[in-house]
Amino acid sequence: MSMDRSDVHHAADTGEDHPHPKHELGYYAKRIYAIRDLLIEKGVITQDDIQRQIDYQEARSPANGAQLVARAWADPAFKKRLIDDPKATCAEMGIDATSINEFVVLENTERVRHLVVCTLCSCYPRPILGRPPDWYKSLNYRSRAVNDPRGVMREFGQELPDEVEIRVHDSTADMRYLVLPLRPRGTEGMSEAELAKLVTRDSMIGVVDPLAPQ
Amino acid sequence: MEGPRFKPGERVRVRAEDRPGHIRTPFYVRGKTGWIERVYGDFLNPESLAYGKDGLPEKTLYLVGFDQKEVWGQYLAGSQDKLFVDIYDHWLEPA
Repeated sequence: MSMDRSDVHHAADTGEDHPHPKHELGYYAKRIYAIRDLLIEKGVITQDDIQRQIDYQEARSPANGAQLVARAWADPAFKKRLIDDPKATCAEMGIDATSINEFVVLENTERVRHLVVCTLCSCYPRPILGRPPDWYKSLNYRSRAVNDPRGVMREFGQELPDEVEIRVHDSTADMRYLVLPLRPRGTEGMSEAELAKLVTRDSMIGVVDPLAPQ
Repeated sequence: MEGPRFKPGERVRVRAEDRPGHIRTPFYVRGKTGWIERVYGDFLNPESLAYGKDGLPEKTLYLVGFDQKEVWGQYLAGSQDKLFVDIYDHWLEPA
Protein backbone atom coordinates (compact mmCIF):
# COMPACT_ATOMS: atom_id res chain seq x y z
CA MET A 1 0.00 0.00 0.00
CA SER A 2 1.59 3.30 -1.00
CA MET A 3 1.33 6.58 0.87
CA ASP A 4 0.89 9.87 -0.91
CA ARG A 5 2.94 12.93 -0.03
CA SER A 6 0.47 14.31 2.48
CA ASP A 7 0.67 11.08 4.47
CA VAL A 8 4.46 11.30 4.52
CA HIS A 9 4.36 14.87 5.81
CA HIS A 10 1.72 13.97 8.32
CA ALA A 11 3.74 11.03 9.62
CA ALA A 12 6.86 13.20 9.91
CA ASP A 13 4.99 16.02 11.66
CA THR A 14 3.40 13.84 14.26
CA GLY A 15 6.35 11.49 14.75
CA GLU A 16 4.13 8.50 14.10
CA ASP A 17 5.89 5.23 13.52
CA HIS A 18 4.94 4.78 9.87
CA PRO A 19 7.06 2.62 7.59
CA HIS A 20 9.18 4.84 5.35
CA PRO A 21 7.76 4.82 1.81
CA LYS A 22 11.21 3.93 0.40
CA HIS A 23 10.95 0.52 2.06
CA GLU A 24 7.69 -0.32 0.33
CA LEU A 25 7.89 -2.71 -2.59
CA GLY A 26 7.07 -1.29 -5.97
CA TYR A 27 4.36 -2.70 -8.18
CA TYR A 28 6.64 -4.98 -10.21
CA ALA A 29 8.55 -6.22 -7.17
CA LYS A 30 5.28 -7.17 -5.48
CA ARG A 31 4.12 -8.88 -8.62
CA ILE A 32 7.33 -10.91 -9.06
CA TYR A 33 7.30 -12.03 -5.40
CA ALA A 34 3.65 -13.06 -5.77
CA ILE A 35 4.52 -15.11 -8.87
CA ARG A 36 7.48 -16.68 -7.07
CA ASP A 37 5.30 -17.67 -4.10
CA LEU A 38 2.69 -19.17 -6.41
CA LEU A 39 5.28 -21.18 -8.35
CA ILE A 40 6.64 -22.59 -5.09
CA GLU A 41 3.16 -23.23 -3.68
CA LYS A 42 2.12 -25.10 -6.80
CA GLY A 43 5.32 -27.15 -6.80
CA VAL A 44 6.61 -25.84 -10.16
CA ILE A 45 9.93 -24.80 -8.59
CA THR A 46 11.42 -24.99 -5.11
CA GLN A 47 13.10 -22.41 -2.90
CA ASP A 48 16.33 -24.38 -3.46
CA ASP A 49 16.02 -23.94 -7.25
CA ILE A 50 15.78 -20.20 -6.76
CA GLN A 51 18.76 -20.08 -4.42
CA ARG A 52 20.85 -22.17 -6.84
CA GLN A 53 20.00 -19.77 -9.67
CA ILE A 54 20.90 -16.75 -7.52
CA ASP A 55 24.23 -18.40 -6.62
CA TYR A 56 24.87 -19.14 -10.31
CA GLN A 57 24.13 -15.54 -11.34
CA GLU A 58 26.38 -14.18 -8.59
CA ALA A 59 29.25 -16.55 -9.45
CA ARG A 60 29.54 -15.15 -12.97
CA SER A 61 31.79 -12.11 -12.98
CA PRO A 62 34.19 -10.06 -15.12
CA ALA A 63 36.98 -12.19 -13.62
CA ASN A 64 36.01 -14.84 -16.18
CA GLY A 65 36.54 -12.43 -19.04
CA ALA A 66 39.78 -11.10 -17.54
CA GLN A 67 41.14 -14.64 -17.33
CA LEU A 68 40.35 -15.21 -21.04
CA VAL A 69 41.91 -11.90 -22.09
CA ALA A 70 45.06 -12.36 -20.01
CA ARG A 71 45.65 -15.82 -21.46
CA ALA A 72 45.01 -14.52 -24.99
CA TRP A 73 47.65 -11.83 -24.42
CA ALA A 74 50.13 -14.38 -23.11
CA ASP A 75 49.49 -17.18 -25.60
CA PRO A 76 48.94 -16.43 -29.33
CA ALA A 77 47.66 -19.96 -30.05
CA PHE A 78 45.06 -19.54 -27.30
CA LYS A 79 44.08 -16.14 -28.72
CA LYS A 80 43.51 -17.70 -32.14
CA ARG A 81 41.32 -20.43 -30.63
CA LEU A 82 39.40 -17.85 -28.57
CA ILE A 83 38.58 -15.87 -31.71
CA ASP A 84 37.85 -18.94 -33.87
CA ASP A 85 35.71 -20.82 -31.34
CA PRO A 86 35.01 -18.77 -28.21
CA LYS A 87 32.59 -21.19 -26.57
CA ALA A 88 34.88 -24.22 -26.84
CA THR A 89 37.78 -22.10 -25.59
CA CYS A 90 35.72 -21.01 -22.56
CA ALA A 91 35.02 -24.67 -21.78
CA GLU A 92 38.77 -25.33 -21.95
CA MET A 93 39.21 -22.67 -19.21
CA GLY A 94 36.39 -24.09 -17.10
CA ILE A 95 34.07 -21.16 -17.92
CA ASP A 96 30.51 -22.23 -18.64
CA ALA A 97 29.38 -20.19 -21.66
CA THR A 98 26.81 -22.73 -22.82
CA SER A 99 23.88 -20.38 -22.11
CA ILE A 100 25.16 -17.98 -24.78
CA ASN A 101 23.60 -18.74 -28.14
CA GLU A 102 26.54 -17.44 -30.17
CA PHE A 103 29.63 -15.72 -28.88
CA VAL A 104 31.92 -13.42 -30.87
CA VAL A 105 35.26 -12.00 -29.75
CA LEU A 106 36.23 -8.60 -31.18
CA GLU A 107 39.98 -7.99 -31.19
CA ASN A 108 41.16 -4.42 -30.65
CA THR A 109 44.32 -3.24 -32.39
CA GLU A 110 46.34 0.01 -32.47
CA ARG A 111 44.20 1.06 -35.45
CA VAL A 112 40.79 -0.29 -34.42
CA ARG A 113 38.74 -0.18 -31.22
CA HIS A 114 35.42 -1.96 -30.69
CA LEU A 115 32.55 -0.81 -28.48
CA VAL A 116 29.57 -2.98 -27.54
CA VAL A 117 26.04 -1.79 -26.82
CA CYS A 118 22.53 -3.19 -26.99
CA THR A 119 20.30 -0.32 -28.06
CA LEU A 120 17.11 -2.36 -27.70
CA CYS A 121 17.57 -3.74 -24.17
CA SER A 122 20.60 -5.04 -22.26
CA CYS A 123 22.03 -8.00 -24.22
CA TYR A 124 25.38 -8.73 -22.57
CA PRO A 125 27.78 -11.73 -22.40
CA ARG A 126 26.72 -12.58 -18.82
CA PRO A 127 28.60 -15.87 -18.39
CA ILE A 128 31.82 -13.99 -19.20
CA LEU A 129 31.15 -10.59 -17.60
CA GLY A 130 28.44 -11.20 -15.01
CA ARG A 131 25.53 -8.83 -14.76
CA PRO A 132 25.69 -5.66 -16.84
CA PRO A 133 26.43 -2.39 -15.01
CA ASP A 134 23.49 0.01 -14.64
CA TRP A 135 25.00 2.49 -17.07
CA TYR A 136 25.07 -0.19 -19.79
CA LYS A 137 21.29 -0.43 -19.50
CA SER A 138 20.73 3.33 -19.33
CA LEU A 139 18.94 5.16 -22.13
CA ASN A 140 21.83 7.62 -22.21
CA TYR A 141 24.47 4.96 -23.02
CA ARG A 142 22.20 2.96 -25.32
CA SER A 143 21.36 5.98 -27.45
CA ARG A 144 24.74 7.72 -27.44
CA ALA A 145 27.04 4.69 -27.88
CA VAL A 146 25.81 4.32 -31.45
CA ASN A 147 25.88 7.93 -32.61
CA ASP A 148 28.61 9.45 -30.44
CA PRO A 149 30.96 6.62 -29.40
CA ARG A 150 33.91 9.00 -29.17
CA GLY A 151 31.98 11.26 -26.80
CA VAL A 152 31.01 8.28 -24.63
CA MET A 153 34.61 7.04 -24.51
CA ARG A 154 35.79 10.54 -23.58
CA GLU A 155 33.44 10.48 -20.58
CA PHE A 156 35.04 7.20 -19.52
CA GLY A 157 38.41 8.93 -19.73
CA GLN A 158 39.57 7.77 -23.14
CA GLU A 159 40.41 10.18 -25.94
CA LEU A 160 41.23 8.44 -29.23
CA PRO A 161 42.89 10.10 -32.23
CA ASP A 162 40.61 10.47 -35.30
CA GLU A 163 42.77 7.98 -37.27
CA VAL A 164 41.79 5.17 -34.91
CA GLU A 165 38.69 3.54 -36.34
CA ILE A 166 35.85 2.91 -33.93
CA ARG A 167 33.55 -0.02 -34.63
CA VAL A 168 30.37 -0.02 -32.60
CA HIS A 169 28.54 -3.33 -32.30
CA ASP A 170 24.83 -3.15 -31.53
CA SER A 171 24.05 -6.62 -30.18
CA THR A 172 20.35 -6.88 -30.77
CA ALA A 173 19.94 -10.55 -31.69
CA ASP A 174 21.49 -13.94 -30.88
CA MET A 175 25.12 -12.89 -30.78
CA ARG A 176 26.98 -11.81 -27.65
CA TYR A 177 30.15 -9.79 -28.01
CA LEU A 178 33.30 -9.59 -25.92
CA VAL A 179 35.99 -7.04 -26.69
CA LEU A 180 39.53 -8.40 -26.53
CA PRO A 181 41.36 -5.25 -25.48
CA LEU A 182 44.80 -4.24 -26.66
CA ARG A 183 47.60 -5.44 -24.39
CA PRO A 184 49.02 -2.39 -22.61
CA ARG A 185 52.61 -1.35 -23.27
CA GLY A 186 55.15 -2.15 -20.59
CA THR A 187 53.57 -5.46 -19.62
CA GLU A 188 56.23 -7.71 -21.15
CA GLY A 189 57.17 -10.51 -18.79
CA MET A 190 54.10 -10.09 -16.58
CA SER A 191 52.36 -13.28 -15.46
CA GLU A 192 48.82 -14.12 -16.56
CA ALA A 193 47.55 -13.38 -13.06
CA GLU A 194 49.22 -9.95 -13.10
CA LEU A 195 47.88 -9.24 -16.59
CA ALA A 196 44.35 -10.23 -15.58
CA LYS A 197 44.36 -7.46 -12.93
CA LEU A 198 44.70 -4.88 -15.73
CA VAL A 199 41.65 -6.18 -17.60
CA THR A 200 38.68 -4.19 -16.35
CA ARG A 201 35.05 -4.97 -17.08
CA ASP A 202 34.74 -1.67 -18.96
CA SER A 203 37.70 -2.54 -21.18
CA MET A 204 35.86 -5.72 -22.26
CA ILE A 205 32.75 -3.68 -23.15
CA GLY A 206 35.15 -1.44 -25.04
CA VAL A 207 34.51 1.99 -23.52
CA VAL A 208 38.14 2.23 -22.36
CA ASP A 209 41.49 0.51 -22.81
CA PRO A 210 42.74 -1.74 -19.99
CA LEU A 211 44.69 -0.29 -17.07
CA ALA A 212 48.34 0.59 -17.54
CA PRO A 213 50.79 -1.37 -15.34
CA GLN A 214 51.41 0.26 -11.89
CA MET B 1 18.68 -26.64 -48.01
CA GLU B 2 18.81 -23.13 -49.41
CA GLY B 3 21.98 -21.15 -48.81
CA PRO B 4 21.98 -17.62 -47.40
CA ARG B 5 20.43 -15.00 -49.69
CA PHE B 6 23.38 -12.60 -49.36
CA LYS B 7 27.11 -13.13 -49.21
CA PRO B 8 29.85 -11.09 -47.51
CA GLY B 9 30.57 -7.81 -49.28
CA GLU B 10 27.13 -7.48 -50.89
CA ARG B 11 25.37 -4.14 -50.45
CA VAL B 12 22.07 -4.31 -48.62
CA ARG B 13 19.39 -1.90 -47.51
CA VAL B 14 17.44 -2.34 -44.28
CA ARG B 15 13.69 -2.34 -44.88
CA ALA B 16 12.13 0.97 -43.86
CA GLU B 17 9.15 -0.84 -42.43
CA ASP B 18 7.36 -0.05 -39.21
CA ARG B 19 5.08 -2.52 -37.50
CA PRO B 20 4.39 -3.62 -33.96
CA GLY B 21 5.94 -6.73 -32.41
CA HIS B 22 9.21 -8.00 -30.95
CA ILE B 23 11.33 -6.48 -33.72
CA ARG B 24 15.10 -6.75 -33.28
CA THR B 25 15.96 -4.31 -36.08
CA PRO B 26 16.73 -0.93 -34.50
CA PHE B 27 14.84 2.08 -35.90
CA TYR B 28 17.97 4.09 -36.62
CA VAL B 29 19.19 1.71 -39.35
CA ARG B 30 15.86 1.24 -41.12
CA GLY B 31 16.14 2.50 -44.68
CA LYS B 32 19.95 2.71 -44.38
CA THR B 33 22.38 1.05 -46.76
CA GLY B 34 25.34 -1.04 -45.65
CA TRP B 35 27.13 -4.27 -46.51
CA ILE B 36 27.12 -7.89 -45.37
CA GLU B 37 30.12 -8.27 -43.08
CA ARG B 38 29.47 -11.85 -41.94
CA VAL B 39 26.84 -14.55 -42.34
CA TYR B 40 26.08 -15.88 -38.85
CA GLY B 41 23.80 -18.72 -39.90
CA ASP B 42 20.17 -19.61 -39.31
CA PHE B 43 18.36 -18.83 -36.06
CA LEU B 44 14.86 -19.16 -34.69
CA ASN B 45 12.86 -16.04 -35.48
CA PRO B 46 12.57 -13.88 -32.32
CA GLU B 47 9.50 -12.13 -33.75
CA SER B 48 7.67 -15.46 -33.37
CA LEU B 49 9.50 -16.84 -30.29
CA ALA B 50 8.57 -13.78 -28.23
CA TYR B 51 4.90 -14.72 -28.56
CA GLY B 52 5.31 -18.32 -27.46
CA LYS B 53 5.41 -19.68 -31.01
CA ASP B 54 8.03 -22.04 -32.44
CA GLY B 55 10.24 -19.47 -34.18
CA LEU B 56 10.06 -21.40 -37.45
CA PRO B 57 11.03 -21.05 -40.21
CA GLU B 58 14.51 -20.09 -39.08
CA LYS B 59 15.89 -16.82 -40.41
CA THR B 60 19.43 -16.20 -41.58
CA LEU B 61 21.19 -13.72 -39.31
CA TYR B 62 23.78 -11.37 -40.81
CA LEU B 63 26.30 -8.99 -39.35
CA VAL B 64 25.64 -5.83 -41.37
CA GLY B 65 28.19 -3.01 -41.47
CA PHE B 66 27.38 0.67 -41.97
CA ASP B 67 29.51 3.77 -42.32
CA GLN B 68 28.64 6.04 -39.40
CA LYS B 69 28.31 8.92 -41.86
CA GLU B 70 25.67 6.95 -43.84
CA VAL B 71 23.66 6.30 -40.68
CA TRP B 72 23.78 9.73 -39.06
CA GLY B 73 24.67 12.17 -41.82
CA GLN B 74 26.37 14.43 -39.31
CA TYR B 75 29.41 12.59 -38.02
CA LEU B 76 33.09 13.31 -37.50
CA ALA B 77 34.44 14.53 -40.87
CA GLY B 78 36.86 12.15 -42.62
CA SER B 79 36.12 9.44 -40.07
CA GLN B 80 36.34 5.74 -40.90
CA ASP B 81 34.13 4.85 -37.92
CA LYS B 82 31.67 2.05 -38.49
CA LEU B 83 28.58 0.58 -36.95
CA PHE B 84 27.67 -3.12 -37.00
CA VAL B 85 24.21 -4.48 -36.35
CA ASP B 86 22.89 -8.06 -36.30
CA ILE B 87 19.98 -8.18 -38.76
CA TYR B 88 17.73 -11.06 -39.82
CA ASP B 89 17.27 -11.84 -43.51
CA HIS B 90 13.67 -10.69 -43.85
CA TRP B 91 14.66 -7.14 -42.85
CA LEU B 92 17.16 -6.83 -45.71
CA GLU B 93 16.81 -6.11 -49.42
CA PRO B 94 19.47 -5.87 -52.14
CA ALA B 95 20.87 -2.35 -52.60
